[in-house]
Amino acid sequence: MRPIARDEQASESEGGGGRTAWPAGPDEVRVRLEQSGYLVDEGLAVACFLALRLRRPIFCEGDAGVGKTALASALATALDAPLIRLQCYEGIDASQALYDWDFPRQLLHLRAAEAAGLTDADRLEGELYGRRFLIARPLLRALETRSCVLLVDEIDRADDEFEAFLLELLSEYTVTIPELGTLRAKSPPVVVLTSNRTREVHDALKRRCLYHWFDHPGFARELAIVRRRVPGASARLTEQVTALVQALRAQELVKPPGVAETIDWAEAMAALGATEADAELAVATLGSVLKYREDLERARGLDLTALLAVRGA
Amino acid sequence: MTGDMSRGVNTREAVDAPAVLVGFARALRAAGVDAGPDRVQALIGALDVLRPGTRSDVYWSGRLTLCGSRDDLERYDRVFAAYFGGAGAGGRAVRAAPAPRLRVAVRDAGPAPRTGGEGERDGVPAAVLASSAEVLRHRDFAGLTEAERVQLRRLLAAFAPRGEPRRTARLRPARRGAVDPRRTVREMLRRGGEPAPPLRRARAERPRRVVLLVDVSGSMAAYADALLRFAHAAAHGGRVRTEVFTVGTRLTRVTRELAHRDPDAALAAVAAAVPDWRGGTRLGELLRDFLDRWGQRGMARGAVVVVLSDGWERGDPKPLAAQMRRLHRLAHRVIWANPRKARPGYAPLAAGMAAALPSVDAFVEGHSLAALERLAAVVRGADHA
Repeated sequence: MRPIARDEQASESEGGGGRTAWPAGPDEVRVRLEQSGYLVDEGLAVACFLALRLRRPIFCEGDAGVGKTALASALATALDAPLIRLQCYEGIDASQALYDWDFPRQLLHLRAAEAAGLTDADRLEGELYGRRFLIARPLLRALETRSCVLLVDEIDRADDEFEAFLLELLSEYTVTIPELGTLRAKSPPVVVLTSNRTREVHDALKRRCLYHWFDHPGFARELAIVRRRVPGASARLTEQVTALVQALRAQELVKPPGVAETIDWAEAMAALGATEADAELAVATLGSVLKYREDLERARGLDLTALLAVRGA
Repeated sequence: MTGDMSRGVNTREAVDAPAVLVGFARALRAAGVDAGPDRVQALIGALDVLRPGTRSDVYWSGRLTLCGSRDDLERYDRVFAAYFGGAGAGGRAVRAAPAPRLRVAVRDAGPAPRTGGEGERDGVPAAVLASSAEVLRHRDFAGLTEAERVQLRRLLAAFAPRGEPRRTARLRPARRGAVDPRRTVREMLRRGGEPAPPLRRARAERPRRVVLLVDVSGSMAAYADALLRFAHAAAHGGRVRTEVFTVGTRLTRVTRELAHRDPDAALAAVAAAVPDWRGGTRLGELLRDFLDRWGQRGMARGAVVVVLSDGWERGDPKPLAAQMRRLHRLAHRVIWANPRKARPGYAPLAAGMAAALPSVDAFVEGHSLAALERLAAVVRGADHA
């Protein structure tokens, strides 16, 4: 149960409430997220806290592999709430994202009613467009699920029309179905939107959100993240891999590696049984961190031994 | 970032916190951040549940609610420092905010723009082709009189280049194609369960995105106005957004500025936003900026990319060649329009041009209305040059 009632709509939802108490301040958010294995900086902790408190979606932008999507699953774990994910793609529309009528079942129902000799047209119509013939897609499911985390992933891949359609949902947490009327969320979901910035998302949508830009983390934080995510790797190996990735990011690469790649690399080396990295091993596993031929060539040209010798940096 | 706010702000806060925030938002707007009243309201709501006296909370909640894109963040940081900064004097308010000059579109774009005085070639080129017998359609933009320019502007607005069509994942009702079960069943439902002829669907077509990179350096000065008007027409063409960038000593995204319906107002906005008119060109470096920040993420993927430039590269042409290869792998088609191609005896001798050509699908002119018309046709895919 959430301790503080923000507005009428939220206080209505107090009754059943969430599964665990909601955090009372940014610091508590940070602690909770850290417990679930996701390390946040101050800005993101404030963002998450405000998202929970003000019922505003978080709009996450940043390079691939910096933990935008992972934030949603970490929030779900931290709040002990179910995660509902909507992956956007070009051409996605309401029937794939929101709801759809189950036409074959409606047809069967109609046939069965006919066979049974039902003639009450009004009743039949009411039955046909009832809730049980409605297939809930992720967005509607999120509205119907009590305190959940809704992840709208890669919103920039969807068309502009789809954004317009998200507006009603994100500002009012309602959905209007012509045949049924307006459905209102029992308790508004925590919404995380992510964008890789392949195109500029419309201002009208952003205005309803908290905007957070994800930067690559600094050495200390990245080290902590890798330690947390790859507990099997030795401390020395983790340190070396993180320092190496930080050095690689300083190079002019086509695709600078994200934290996800650092984790992959540490996992790859740990899987090979290494407790300490050397240049040979680093080159052999370079494919898990750099995905372009130009980048690989550039990295091979570096003095990896010298970079690996640096401790702590 | 932590610790209490500077004295000046704290005292004012005791007086009227919303007024301080509204003033802050106004300073942000002056710096080019679109911090409207609803965003300010969101900030006040956010501070309500945080500790308004704490600098970091004010910083982060302001950044989360007032900013809308990465470009805003740098401006926000500067205005925040100026407004709440360590100066402490309570009087430092709106006036202290940086002027609109702050509108720099690319971070780390390198040294300050070099204005004028480009050693190699700065003067406005003479119109070689201009003979009195030629109609306006074929006249080189460089040699037009003011009256002709006015006429040209009207003509330019008339055609808008659209991207080549491509098939999308989206299915649309169609006469022919696969059976659309959903519509068929709905139709049957409407008829009370009686069988109905099957309805069909097929893949929809959409024009590809068009990305225009317009060179506004000194050597292109005579053409920049006409080319930007062409870009404006393109940006208002169809359903798919056309993205426009200017290239000179730095890369500036001007899509938003060109969104204004009136071409003159749009061009005035572009003129205000672009800091590097008539400077030199660093094509290779700026192309890399474009690909790093936008192109690779998806803007150039599957798009028709048009470079409107004379290919004069100040520096080493090798990076340009490498970046053009990269662009060519990402984009559906790369088109280079060079106004100088029309000059008699033209050969792609400019080092940059020669380096770029191997990665260009179509190399066209861009010096006259007829040439731009043809460019629009090439972009549409009608004419593979």
